[in-house]
Amino acid sequence: MAGLRDRTVSVALRTYDWFERRLGLTKPLTEAAEHPTPPTSASWFYVFGSAATVLLMLQVVTGILLALVYTPSAGEAWASLQFLNHQITLGWFLRAIHGWGSDFMVAIVLIHMTQVFLFGAYKYPRELTWIIGVFLLLFTLGMAFTGQVLRFDQDAYWGLGIGASIVSRVPWIGGPLVHMMLGGPIIGGQTLSRFFALHVFVIPGLLLAFVAVHVWMVLYLGVNEWPMPGRIVSKATYDREYHELISKDGVPFVPDAAWKDAVFAAAILLCVIACALFFGPFGPTGEPDPTIIQTAPKPDVAFLWIYAVLAYLPPELETPFLFIAPIVVIGGMLLLPLIAGEGEKHWSRRPIAVLMVAVIAVTLGVLTHLGTYTPWSPVMEAWSGDPTPTDYLKNRSPLERQGALVFQNKQCRNCHALGGLGGMRGPALDAIATRMTEDQMIRQVLQGGGNMPAYGNALSPAETRALVGFLKTLRGNNLSPAIDASRVLTQANSTAVPTGQVR
Amino acid sequence: MTEINEPSGQPQPQPPRSSTAVPELKALAHSRRAFLFKLSLYLNGAIGAVLAVPILGYVLGPAFKKDSSYKSWISLGPVSNFPDGETRLVDYRNPYRTDSDGETANVACWVRHIQADQFQVFAINCAHLGCPVRWFEQSKLFMCPCHGGAYYVDGSRASGPPERGLFEYQYSIVSNNLMINAGQMPTLSNSACLKKPLVQISPNSSDRNQEGTSWPA
Repeated sequence: MAGLRDRTVSVALRTYDWFERRLGLTKPLTEAAEHPTPPTSASWFYVFGSAATVLLMLQVVTGILLALVYTPSAGEAWASLQFLNHQITLGWFLRAIHGWGSDFMVAIVLIHMTQVFLFGAYKYPRELTWIIGVFLLLFTLGMAFTGQVLRFDQDAYWGLGIGASIVSRVPWIGGPLVHMMLGGPIIGGQTLSRFFALHVFVIPGLLLAFVAVHVWMVLYLGVNEWPMPGRIVSKATYDREYHELISKDGVPFVPDAAWKDAVFAAAILLCVIACALFFGPFGPTGEPDPTIIQTAPKPDVAFLWIYAVLAYLPPELETPFLFIAPIVVIGGMLLLPLIAGEGEKHWSRRPIAVLMVAVIAVTLGVLTHLGTYTPWSPVMEAWSGDPTPTDYLKNRSPLERQGALVFQNKQCRNCHALGGLGGMRGPALDAIATRMTEDQMIRQVLQGGGNMPAYGNALSPAETRALVGFLKTLRGNNLSPAIDASRVLTQANSTAVPTGQVR
Repeated sequence: MTEINEPSGQPQPQPPRSSTAVPELKALAHSRRAFLFKLSLYLNGAIGAVLAVPILGYVLGPAFKKDSSYKSWISLGPVSNFPDGETRLVDYRNPYRTDSDGETANVACWVRHIQADQFQVFAINCAHLGCPVRWFEQSKLFMCPCHGGAYYVDGSRASGPPERGLFEYQYSIVSNNLMINAGQMPTLSNSACLKKPLVQISPNSSDRNQEGTSWPA
């Protein structure tokens, strides 16, 4: 028995030697794995980059598996996704993992970037690592967008329409750019195949190449040490200090730090699997048939904040903002390490950096949250679907009830909520009569203004009278109605004036 | 392994940068093998330039096609399909399409019949970011589900983020059929961006009275 074991070991060793003699990878790989790391950097804060890489590998593998079945043709893509969801064994699960893996990857890349920023790890000599990282973020977002297009449903179709409309605003070359993006005059077969090429060949190729450079630089320059308040980065002294640090008490990356990376990556993979299992794949929503217009397209979660920005920008600012803001933001991120490549690394000595992270995180969070319920969009079915609160109809005159009907029938409800139901585009009208007088309401309805269309052409005088009659009854908890003080005064003047009231 | 983490150590004496500084190096730069190496680089540069022409032509092909090459006149059906004063949703098959387009080559548009042979044909795409607008007969408004753009019955901007009114197709009436010049998704940068056309040129414009020849005047 022992002889068999020895023989197996010796065969294995000889096989290893055969390969090693020809590959010569053991030495460089061992050196890379054991590269000395500052002991403080073997930390749970330093695990996000490797988790992002693991997620990328997951996306590559699941992406290849999905490509076995997916048909990148505008006429068949949607059906092939249904086929994946319902006919292929565990096809739904692979789609779910790929979809959730994408969301997790965007999130982890953003967290990684925030950590690097707060720890000052982009400073000398790791400026280029950060710059490559900015490109990695852009490629990751590019993968998320093109991936959403490959899920060729209504959201993808109209999302492409939004993309084309944005591109069309580029001065001078907007038209040719739209044709380049769509591959033709409309969103169609050529459009999907070029987004397939981007998602499957172009961006992943760039992503893998840039990741390789990024990781190489981490190995070459060493992992950033834990920042200490007062320890200033200076180009003149940093290399010597870092070298002293790792040669004095550096620990080998494998296993001292790597086990934390591995545990975290496993936890993230588990989260992806759990989300895929419990929440399932994303869509596809309705067929990408542009004649089905009963749809309210919405982007995936990573782009909801852009969707919100586009709703809130004033029209005249929109085009300049769309083209200047990305240049400023991306340019700022690229230039950051070149401008602030030295100095304090610790967050407690960099209040503006901390403030920036807080402001950006809150802004993106709020805009994303708004994007989930789109208060700026009319609710297209509210006028025919939402009931009028019964309290608003009790003890009302026929004219006022007729006004309640006009309110529904003229789609006022699509933008104005009553009793918490209806659109949020305009203000809720539950207490409108406490804010506006009859005359103000008539003017607002007929002439519009303040982002409300004018209804002068859509309402007859009788309808207007009924509608305003109804609106006048909406006074919240029976608050007193808004009054026109000047009218009270005129009326008081025209009738018998009690002595003492006018002085 | 000792120096790997210290890329920029003490400055080392650098070899002279310019090959002209030392005679031997100068001679080396003019040697046969240096010449052949340079020649191979130029050769590949030239081949690359030749290859770039068809590649760029292929990639940029769509960019250089004119709007008009995509568009043609198609029929939306007899005028009698569109009652006076009403706005109706009409689907058509895009005249420029490929086999792989499938249902994406179906396009919807809103046809407003004003009266007699006066029409307005609106693109389905909101002038803001291209989402499909819906017509509400009762309030006489087009509303967009994406960012809340709204337009009046004549397509002019009512409220919301759009900068302008709805895109309109050119139309004409040929042997009692409503024809439109279609083929391209309207955006702010193509021919759809033109404001409302001042004059509708149509084959039977001579049949119309003076006022009817142009809409809107």
